[in-house]
Amino acid sequence: MERFLNTILIGISGGSIYGLMALALVLVWRSTRVVNFAQAGQAILSTYIGYVVISHTNNYWLAFPIAILFGALIGALVDVLLIRIMLRRAHQGPVAAIAPVIATLGLLGLIRAVVGLIWGGDLRQFKLPVTNHGFTFGHTTIPFAPINLLIVVTTFLVMLVFALIFQRTNLGLSLRASAYQPEIARLSGIRVDLTRTIGWAFAGAAGAIAGILVTPTNYLAPNSLDLLLVSGFVAAVIGGLESLVGAAIGGLILGIGLAFVLEYVSSSLAFPAAFLVLIAVLLVKPAGLIGSKRVRNA
Amino acid sequence: MSGLEITNLEVNHGAIRAVRNLSFSINPGELAAVIGANGAGKTTLLRALSGLKHVHSGDAKWQGISIINKKPENLVRSGIVHVSDGKAVIPELSVKENLALSGIWRKDKKDVAKATAEVLDLFPILAARLAQSADSLSGGERQMLAIGRALIARPSLLLLDEPSLGLAPLIIEQIFSAINSLRHTYELTVLLVEQNATSALQIADIGIIINLGELVTVGPSHILLNDPALRAAYLGY
Amino acid sequence: MRKKQFRTNLIFIAIGIVLFLASNRVDELRVYQGATVAVYVVAISAIILLTGYSGQISLGHGALMAVGGYAAVLSRNGWHLPVWLSFVAAVLAAALFGAILGVAAGRLTGPYLAGTTLALAVGLPSLANQFHFLGGEQGLNYDVGQPPLSLGQDFTQYHWYFWIAGSAALIMTWLVHNVLGSRYGRNWRAARSQPTAAALAGIHLGRSKVLAFTISAGIAGLAGALLAMTLSLVTPSAFPLSLSFAIVTGAVLAGVTLLTGSIVGAVVLVAIPELTDALATHLGGSERVTANLPGLMMSALLIVSVLFFPNGPRLFRR
Repeated sequence: MERFLNTILIGISGGSIYGLMALALVLVWRSTRVVNFAQAGQAILSTYIGYVVISHTNNYWLAFPIAILFGALIGALVDVLLIRIMLRRAHQGPVAAIAPVIATLGLLGLIRAVVGLIWGGDLRQFKLPVTNHGFTFGHTTIPFAPINLLIVVTTFLVMLVFALIFQRTNLGLSLRASAYQPEIARLSGIRVDLTRTIGWAFAGAAGAIAGILVTPTNYLAPNSLDLLLVSGFVAAVIGGLESLVGAAIGGLILGIGLAFVLEYVSSSLAFPAAFLVLIAVLLVKPAGLIGSKRVRNA
Repeated sequence: MSGLEITNLEVNHGAIRAVRNLSFSINPGELAAVIGANGAGKTTLLRALSGLKHVHSGDAKWQGISIINKKPENLVRSGIVHVSDGKAVIPELSVKENLALSGIWRKDKKDVAKATAEVLDLFPILAARLAQSADSLSGGERQMLAIGRALIARPSLLLLDEPSLGLAPLIIEQIFSAINSLRHTYELTVLLVEQNATSALQIADIGIIINLGELVTVGPSHILLNDPALRAAYLGY
Repeated sequence: MRKKQFRTNLIFIAIGIVLFLASNRVDELRVYQGATVAVYVVAISAIILLTGYSGQISLGHGALMAVGGYAAVLSRNGWHLPVWLSFVAAVLAAALFGAILGVAAGRLTGPYLAGTTLALAVGLPSLANQFHFLGGEQGLNYDVGQPPLSLGQDFTQYHWYFWIAGSAALIMTWLVHNVLGSRYGRNWRAARSQPTAAALAGIHLGRSKVLAFTISAGIAGLAGALLAMTLSLVTPSAFPLSLSFAIVTGAVLAGVTLLTGSIVGAVVLVAIPELTDALATHLGGSERVTANLPGLMMSALLIVSVLFFPNGPRLFRR
């Protein structure tokens, strides 16, 4: 029983990070109908900037908002420099489907290479902001530490904030309108390009949060968030790319599912397990768990 | 204050010159019906005026200022509102949210509330369906929603693209009578593109007939309605 | 049509002869790279079929290559099959896998399909770590044997690799070319660009998609077997996620529908790391630069090419 509960706890913490990454991917998807493979690249770059702040000030809590800010900035830059061009040159034919995928994959490689050039490939460590040692109740220490609590609470807050923005504010209305019908949005006076840039900035911020939260318990290297890209994407697809809540739920399902496989089956079957979870969900609901009734083609 | 002045307008649609050497003008407050067969270039004309389409050459002025090759979002802020054909509402949003779109950029929120109330008065069926998704509206209701949204932006020039498309005759009558009354209430200048030529000319001051992108004739609508040659060619009787 | 077919066949034969003559005059490294190019040519043509013609995206072809590679190795080691037969096993095994995947993926589009294939790319190769008979992390050895003595003393192992890979690539490309030009190829293109019309014309969309996946997987399987040959080894690390990305990259560089472009894409994939290595050394050669410059250039090239030349280099535009 204890093992069961521990596994769930581990799954929740890991799943929250996947959920954050998935959130970033869903934000971009909803605003631009593009899967941003470069999300992990943007996140690692923001995390490195956080690292720079920490190494100069030894203050994680200062690095946190700065990394987020840079994440937003980088996201906005990507939209302005790359995506705008891509949308303007929207092509017909076979390439149209994969051109955005390729472009963002290329961007991922580019950012990774730049990060490698600037900081090199050595593994670095982040100081933990709060302890890694599990909460202790009497004699038992559960595998859930303050750092995990921080991760889960932050994810929840981020999701709440974004959900509120999307559903209750004019900005959120603009974001949704611009994503669903950009032309009608334009004709209603909405600055669609600016709105889209804001969506990318939000996504960049979410990715940065994921990076800066997960790195203290891991290590920092140009490729340390790669697996997060895959898990984030899988989580986003499980949740159905259309909903922020879905992203969080998808993350949790994936996190908990993986935790169980890792604990009860085998520690090296994580990725095949992820694949099976994904396929299982998509076979039943090809548009993800909370996918919209209209399955939008990419 | 001058109205809409189109001079030698040339607009491409893909490889085709959809609008050729078009010139006409409308006085403020007038309702001009743009009539022509399918593919005549009417929609392209509206899209050029609302900034959705690039103008190759020529000019269009509204109240003395050129409006060609500008961003649609900016033209809306200058009072030019285009209700596009067919898909003028966002089905994924609710009726209330669709109406709220126009209010996002407007600074005078009090007036936005006032305008919204006026629109709900004009189209009571929308008030009944505020919380529903626009997806669930009938064709006529969607058209009312689209026009309502346009009105909340407090336009001075209203561009309507085939509002009667796909609607039942009874609904068409309702829509047209609504258009006629609101253009007087709000002192709008209206450019109404239609295939339903008779209904359009009946509420219009001026008729503009276009064929294959070129101007065929411009004139007071009652004259066009009664000209037998034009009637035979474009109105079918 | 027959005349065109005859001419095409002649071209293939001519290319083959040229390649084999040239390979005798070229040094070891180039010959080995040539074998790698052949691997990529086959892999890229798999994507051209699946994505360019059938319109389905796959980020997991590295995993399909892995299936082929492991199948070739296992069948040769276990049943002592001759090399060419192990290649056939590779194609069949991968095709079977592709069929299953195609059925599962049939209802998926766009990002959902991309996500599934991505998860496959990461998940499948790591399975080998789990099962002992798949060799675990060390992998399994693949020995295609020495070149026959009749080819002379100077004929090295690498030359042999090149001959095998080159001829396999040539044959496979010829086959793919014919398939793409056949009724199936036309059906795929119709289903991709106008699915409703195609369905009304009697094309069974679901079956068409699964067929594309199956054949594409089989092709990838051969590429995997050839890769295993050049490495003399199969391990999970021979089929990383970056391989799947590289293949798609090569296909885009090729202009996703042009089979001739697959050679361009393959050459670029092999040449860039080489060229940027040289450039990096020239620029001072700190470790950071050498490690990251290839990636930088490749990525930049990719972005530029997909934005500005999505249909391939102008040379190949018909």
